[in-house]
Amino acid sequence: MLRGHQTWEFKSKPVIISTSVVGGPFEAQGPLAEDFDILHGDLYLGQDSYEKAEKKMLEEACENAVEKANLKKEDIQFFLSGDLLNQITSSSFTARTLSVPYIGLFGACSTSMESLALGSLLIESKAAGRVLCGAVSHNAAAEKQFRYPNEYGAQKPPTAQWTVTAAGAAIVSRKEKGPRVTSATIGRVVDMGLSDPFNMGAAMAPAAVDTITAHLRDLEITARYYDLIATGDLGKVGHNIAADLFKKHGIDVPGEIFTDCGLLIYSDDQCVFSGGSGCGCSAAVTYGHILNRMKKGEFKKVLIVATGALLSPLTYQQKESIPCIAHAVSIEYDQ
Amino acid sequence: MSNKKKKKLTPVQQEYQKFAKEREPKRPVAVNMFRAFLVGGTICVIGQLISDFFLWNFNFTEKTVGNPTVAVLILISVILTSTGVYDHIAQWAGAGTAVPVTGFANSIASAAIEHRSEGYVLGVGGNMFKLAGSVITYGVFAAFVIALVKTTITMLGGS
Repeated sequence: MLRGHQTWEFKSKPVIISTSVVGGPFEAQGPLAEDFDILHGDLYLGQDSYEKAEKKMLEEACENAVEKANLKKEDIQFFLSGDLLNQITSSSFTARTLSVPYIGLFGACSTSMESLALGSLLIESKAAGRVLCGAVSHNAAAEKQFRYPNEYGAQKPPTAQWTVTAAGAAIVSRKEKGPRVTSATIGRVVDMGLSDPFNMGAAMAPAAVDTITAHLRDLEITARYYDLIATGDLGKVGHNIAADLFKKHGIDVPGEIFTDCGLLIYSDDQCVFSGGSGCGCSAAVTYGHILNRMKKGEFKKVLIVATGALLSPLTYQQKESIPCIAHAVSIEYDQ
Repeated sequence: MSNKKKKKLTPVQQEYQKFAKEREPKRPVAVNMFRAFLVGGTICVIGQLISDFFLWNFNFTEKTVGNPTVAVLILISVILTSTGVYDHIAQWAGAGTAVPVTGFANSIASAAIEHRSEGYVLGVGGNMFKLAGSVITYGVFAAFVIALVKTTITMLGGS
């Protein structure tokens, strides 16, 4: 249970019994295409709007995760999910389809790990037997909401990021075999006064560093305890800043174990500026690529630190700075 | 960032912003300017060719040829926008595609396409001028002020 200031240690070690990730056409061209369960060639997914496509992706991920675990929807007690759209409609509408008791979450791009942390807490506290955790983002829907119309010709700076079109879902359960969630650190909101929405990596990096530092401090471990520490969506810019911040603060986080989901999901020849972003980014990379590699035995202990920029187009126009948050979840797998 | 805004930040924030700034890739201003010059200039050359075409083949004068030329440029821009090409050219060209009449057409067409899912009245109609609206508002206002200045000078005996 609570350890230190802000970390939950899960003694019962909730198990991720099944995951599913769904991606869009641009992700299918990326290096992690193999790790997706379903890939779509059409950004609309056959729907008539991007918002409906986003909802469809999350529905598919959730239904597929349930199917993969040989369960029925009725076997899931709670559904915890969030996304980037106004009033988190993609998640709520998916919950309508699933008709599973639902808790909607918003932590911007940190929602993926926020839902996994809370889901594990429900299992740990015996408040639930099986919890479905999800997160989704859609590039065009996010562009429409947070930036300009998709076809508008605005030049983006090299610090901008590319919202990932992907959904990830995971079922957390008790007493079964699989990757185990051992602890989670809930982050503080950190605001360094940056206000450029085209440079979220730099805005979010201090939040990631704060949460990782708190995690290591609370559990009294060093970064070397982990085989991999992956931040959610800092991109090239934020990742370098975070690595340098660790050096500055004298925290040893070796470069070879420190990576970022936003860097992993796309290849260098895909024009994504600083890297991928969105809550689908950390969800898809974690539930797909990273867990697959853990199952192959490449990693035993990983720490996923999903980072979120808690801004809205309105706050940005009103010249507010960008408050940021990061939630860390530790996953261990010993075959 | 202005000094006034900076004063509100705590020393830690200021220090971090300096720290982050040193690690951010800069906008390639020189390259962007060159590309904008190249593409903007090319668009103008195309415009000139269209205008010459109308002058030679139809009954237009130098004064009236502007209208059909602009109409054709707008049409080209809207077609490129709706086929999803314009935003890719714009990422490369920057201000080169934003400034001429093609950029204005793109801002209206892209908003109209984007909000079609919300219906024709509240979606397309209500959002079409989301980006272009401010250009029209301040364009009309600027024209009004300049007209006022010119009228005043004329009334005072200027020419």
